[in-house]
Amino acid sequence: MSVLPSMIEIVRDNWLLLLVGQYPNGPLGGIAATLILSVLGIALAFPLSVVMALASLSPWRALRWPVMAMVYVTRGVPLLLIILWVYFVLPLLIGRSVPAFATMLVTLVGYEAAFLSEIVRAGIQALPTGQMDAARALGHSRLGAMRYVILPQALFNMIPSILSQFVSTIKETTLGYIINVPELTFAAGQINNRLLTKPFEVYFILAISYFVVCWTLTQAINMVERRITMRRTRDLAVSALTAIPASASGG
Amino acid sequence: MKGFDLMAVLLNPEFSRMLVHGVKMTFIIFIGSWLLAMSLGIILLAVRMLPSRIASGFVAIYVSYHRNVPTLVQLMLWYFGISSLLPDSLQMWLGDHSGEAVFAVVALGLCQAAYFSEDQRSGLRAVPRGQWEAARALGHSYVGAMAYILLPQAIRNAMPALVNHTVSLFKNSSLAMAIGVAELTHAVKEFENQSFRPFETYLIATIVYLVCSLLLMWLGHNLEQRSRMAGVV
Repeated sequence: MSVLPSMIEIVRDNWLLLLVGQYPNGPLGGIAATLILSVLGIALAFPLSVVMALASLSPWRALRWPVMAMVYVTRGVPLLLIILWVYFVLPLLIGRSVPAFATMLVTLVGYEAAFLSEIVRAGIQALPTGQMDAARALGHSRLGAMRYVILPQALFNMIPSILSQFVSTIKETTLGYIINVPELTFAAGQINNRLLTKPFEVYFILAISYFVVCWTLTQAINMVERRITMRRTRDLAVSALTAIPASASGG
Repeated sequence: MKGFDLMAVLLNPEFSRMLVHGVKMTFIIFIGSWLLAMSLGIILLAVRMLPSRIASGFVAIYVSYHRNVPTLVQLMLWYFGISSLLPDSLQMWLGDHSGEAVFAVVALGLCQAAYFSEDQRSGLRAVPRGQWEAARALGHSYVGAMAYILLPQAIRNAMPALVNHTVSLFKNSSLAMAIGVAELTHAVKEFENQSFRPFETYLIATIVYLVCSLLLMWLGHNLEQRSRMAGVV
C-alpha cells in the first residue's frame, strides 16, 4: 500500500499551502481563508438575521413579505446559482470588479442570514407567550420587550443551532472553488494540478482536513448543547420548586 | 452588456436544447441519487440496530464522515480520486459512458444516505418503547414488528426531515457541474459564456429550480398531512 507514505509526503511538501495558501507572496488561502470566510460570514449574517426574524414576525405585511420571499428563494435555489448571480450582479451594482473572496462573502452573508432568520424566528416563537405578556404588563414597549426579555432568552437557547449553521457554512465555502476563491479546496486543486499523478491522495487529504475541522466543532457544539439543556432543565426545576408553596397554600 | 431580453434567450434554439438537456440531467442525478440514498439509508439503519458493536460503529463512522466533509469535496474525491484507482478498462468504459454522471449519482447518493438514515433513526427513536413490546407480546416476529408496527410510525415521525433533505438533495445536484456534468446550472453557465446574457439565463434557471423545489416542498407537506393519523399529534 503506497497511499499512506505518499499522502504524508504530499502533506510534508504542501502543508503551508494548505494552511494559509500563498499568503506572504499572494492572497491568503487554505484553511485560514476558509475559517475567516465562515467566521465573517456568520458574524455578519447574524445581526441581519435578527432583523429579518423580527421583520418576519412583525404585524406589517410590507416587512413580512420581502423576508418571506428571500427565505423561500434561498431555500429553493442552489447556493451555486446564487454565487453565480452575485458574481455577475455585484460588479454591475457597485461599478467596479469585486475580488472572488468578497463575492463569496457577500453571497454567504445573504444565504446564511436567510437560514439563521428561520432559526431565530423559531427560537422566538418557542418561548412561552407569557413572557411577552408579562413584559408588556410590566410596561415594556413591544420592541423593549423583544430587546430585554424575549431576545436574550431566545438567542441563548439558539446557540447550538447557530453553531451548527457555522459548521454548514464552513462546508459551503467549498463552493467558492467554482469562482476561484483562494480557500482550502482551491489549494488542494493547485496541488493536484502540480502533481497530476496523485489525485486520490490529494483529495483524500482534503476530505480528512475538512473532517477534522468540522468533526471537532460538532463535538464541541454537542457539549455546549448538553450544558444548555442542563441549565434549562435546572431552571425549570427551580421554578417548579418555588411554585409549590404558592400552589399548596392556594389549594 | 446587452439590454434585457428574455424572449431572445428563450426562443434561441441552442438555448432551449441546452436547457432541456440540463433539466433532464438534473432530474436523472436527483432521482438516481435519491433512490440510492433512500435504499442505502434503510440498510444503514438496519445495520446500526444489529446487536454487534462493530456494525453500529461502522455506520456511525460512515455517517460522521459524510456529514462532516463538504459534499463538493466528496464529489471531487470520487471523480478525480477514486476513479483513478479503478482498473484501466473500467475507467475507459466510464469515460465513454458519461462517467461523470455516474460518479455524481454515487457521491451524492452515498452522502445523502447518511442524512436519510439519521432522519429515520431519530424517527424510530421517537416511537415509544411500549409499541415494540406490545407488538412482540401480540406475537409479531422481529421483522414483523418492525415492518408493520414500528417503521410506519418511524417514517411518519421522520417525514418533515426527509422532505427537507430531499429538497436539499435536489439543490445539491447542481454541485455535479463542478465535475463536468451538463446539468441545469452547468447549462446556463455555458450558455451565458456564449451569449453574454447572464440575467436572462440565470433568471430562467432560478425560476426552474425554485418551481421544482417549491413543488417538492408542497408534495412533501401533502404526504405529511395524509400520513398523519387521526388523534395523534
